[in-house]
Amino acid sequence: MTAKPDPQRQNVLAAVRRGLARTGPAAAPVWPVEPPLIPAAARGDGDLIARFTAAAEAAAASVERVAGPDALGPAVAAWLTARNLPGELAVAPDPALDPAAAHGLLTVRRGTAGPGDLIALTRARLGIAETGSLLLTSSPETPTGLNFLPDFHLVALDASAVVATLEDAWARLRQDHAGGWPRTVNLVAGPSRTGDIEQTIQLGAHGPRHLHILLVESR
Amino acid sequence: MIPRSATFRANSRAALDNPELVRALGTMKTGFRQKRAAAVDALPEFDALRDRAVAMKNHTLDHLDHYLESFADKVEAAGGTVHWATDAEAARQQVLEICRAHGAHTVTKGKSMIAEEVGLNEALEDAGMRPVETDLGEYIIQLRREPPSHIIAPAIHVSKAQVADAFRAAHGDLDPARELDTPRALLDEARAVLRHDFTAADVGITGANLLIAETGATVIVTNEGNGDLTQLLPRVHIVLASLEKVVPTLDDASLILRLLARSATGQTASSYTSFSLGPRRPEDADGPQAFHVILLDNGRSEMLGNGFREMLRCIRCAACMNHCPVYGAVGGHAYGWVYPGPMGSVLTPALIGIDKAAPLPEASTLCGRCEAVCPMRIPLPGLLRQWRARAHDQRLSPPAMRRGLAAWGWLAARPRLYHPLNRLAAVALGRLGRRRGGFARLPLAGGWTKSRDLPAPEGDTFQARYRRGARRP
Ligand code: SF4
Repeated sequence: MTAKPDPQRQNVLAAVRRGLARTGPAAAPVWPVEPPLIPAAARGDGDLIARFTAAAEAAAASVERVAGPDALGPAVAAWLTARNLPGELAVAPDPALDPAAAHGLLTVRRGTAGPGDLIALTRARLGIAETGSLLLTSSPETPTGLNFLPDFHLVALDASAVVATLEDAWARLRQDHAGGWPRTVNLVAGPSRTGDIEQTIQLGAHGPRHLHILLVESR
Repeated sequence: MIPRSATFRANSRAALDNPELVRALGTMKTGFRQKRAAAVDALPEFDALRDRAVAMKNHTLDHLDHYLESFADKVEAAGGTVHWATDAEAARQQVLEICRAHGAHTVTKGKSMIAEEVGLNEALEDAGMRPVETDLGEYIIQLRREPPSHIIAPAIHVSKAQVADAFRAAHGDLDPARELDTPRALLDEARAVLRHDFTAADVGITGANLLIAETGATVIVTNEGNGDLTQLLPRVHIVLASLEKVVPTLDDASLILRLLARSATGQTASSYTSFSLGPRRPEDADGPQAFHVILLDNGRSEMLGNGFREMLRCIRCAACMNHCPVYGAVGGHAYGWVYPGPMGSVLTPALIGIDKAAPLPEASTLCGRCEAVCPMRIPLPGLLRQWRARAHDQRLSPPAMRRGLAAWGWLAARPRLYHPLNRLAAVALGRLGRRRGGFARLPLAGGWTKSRDLPAPEGDTFQARYRRGARRP
């Protein structure tokens, strides 16, 4: 709250109330009045992984299943090698990525990405099966720059962290962040794209050209 | 930007003579419409979701003061600053003040219709700063020094050859012999050039698709990722949003997101949907050090009470213009200000005054396609009719039209005169036109016959045939 009353705020609020034919604030409204309407195809917990994978691939991301946290490093190294990419990358300081960052074929800098970083590996909080989106939050362990600056965006996601809908994701975050919301929440569905030149869709506009999701099984 | 809406007719004539534009609009029609139709068909609950969204937004507007206060308090609790702007001038001054306080030189911008509405780029330039649009379409029109011609595809009127020309003129330090023949080559050049600006920028300005009262987050929805780089890299992030963008909860935002991407581009979800709350935290490795939200009224509070409240449900998806036969023929620039198409023809008179935009509500056949596709069920044809009535009452329509309407009104209110006269006209025209089946020219109907024939009546009036029970031809 502002310490001193802000006259501009009062002006705008007074104009809004005039428009609503009121002179002062009304009683706090009751909302929501009914539970959210969730499309039938998005409901239910059956086969979340298959639904998530299909939706993410439809959004032009690639998805790979990884047997466990120890298999993450080798999977990243193999993916880079197969594309003739260097093994140098920025890796989020998230401790869950420590084993991957220690892999012998990778040259790793822990921290957020800079403008010169071609490849980044970070960790998503949740996956949303309905849209194939990743939900990433900003934190010291998972800085936001990793999500947008590199050309190749590699993201580890625990297979157990895939939920059916965005509403389910919000319910999780409300539980985990009762003490304060993350500064940034990014929903990411596929790589960056644009249709601004003659309506032809091109991938890799300003953000990543590739999004590769590594679905990590817990063992 | 000085509105040119009053000269809509002349603007349209120029547009129809522009072959590049006609070709671009042809592609647009098939592209956007087919994608939307496929996405909507794949979601059986689409109409039920629309009903929910209408109810949610109506509730929010009924309690707009409450939700704005909750939103603003949450932003300030997270360390951000909220500025309230009554009009465009106030918003410009607030932006300039923040930029000056941080000694800004380069200012990157995510796509924001509100920034267009308040003419922000000009204000920044006049103050000696360098605004850089980072959305590819906005970047193209900034180089060409044009306003957007579509609310989600601002450069839809520009061909790739014209983009190449603009890039060659602007990126003078690059090899003049380079190939710029494909969208890919153009995109890669823009990406490389704008990367420098992203990192050089002192201030980043974005719009907001939504403001969440529950958490205080501002939301941007993009496909390029430019908005995220704009808000992440500079020292200062300014969000420019109009009052009606607020929704109560994150679940309400999810409801809008399901409708928005499908209605706009036919996607299930846009590539990036980003929620921002306040400046970077002490332990964060990146993010802006200062976070400002400017809440702009500029006519919205008046719309709550003047009969146009329903227009405030608009989520700027552009479906109405993508399906509009008039927009499809003349494009966005003819509308003469920031917002084109059916939504623009309702919104522009509300924001700049019907006296400056009187032809816009006439720029519709009232075919109803816009209302049929609008995810927020805004009764656009009805609102256009309301503007027509007001323009008529304020004597803003052409005098000949008003005289004609007055004469017809006088006659139509006297059925004993109207019916025989009408019958006489129908029979006479029917006889005269029987041989050709229509008229290529007719006194008093020049506006109609200039571009098409007037079919001859088949010999009797509708009323007479109805009375005889001839209900089917
Ligand atoms: S009026 Fe409706 S269809 Fe047009 S932009 Fe707004 S929400 Fe979309």
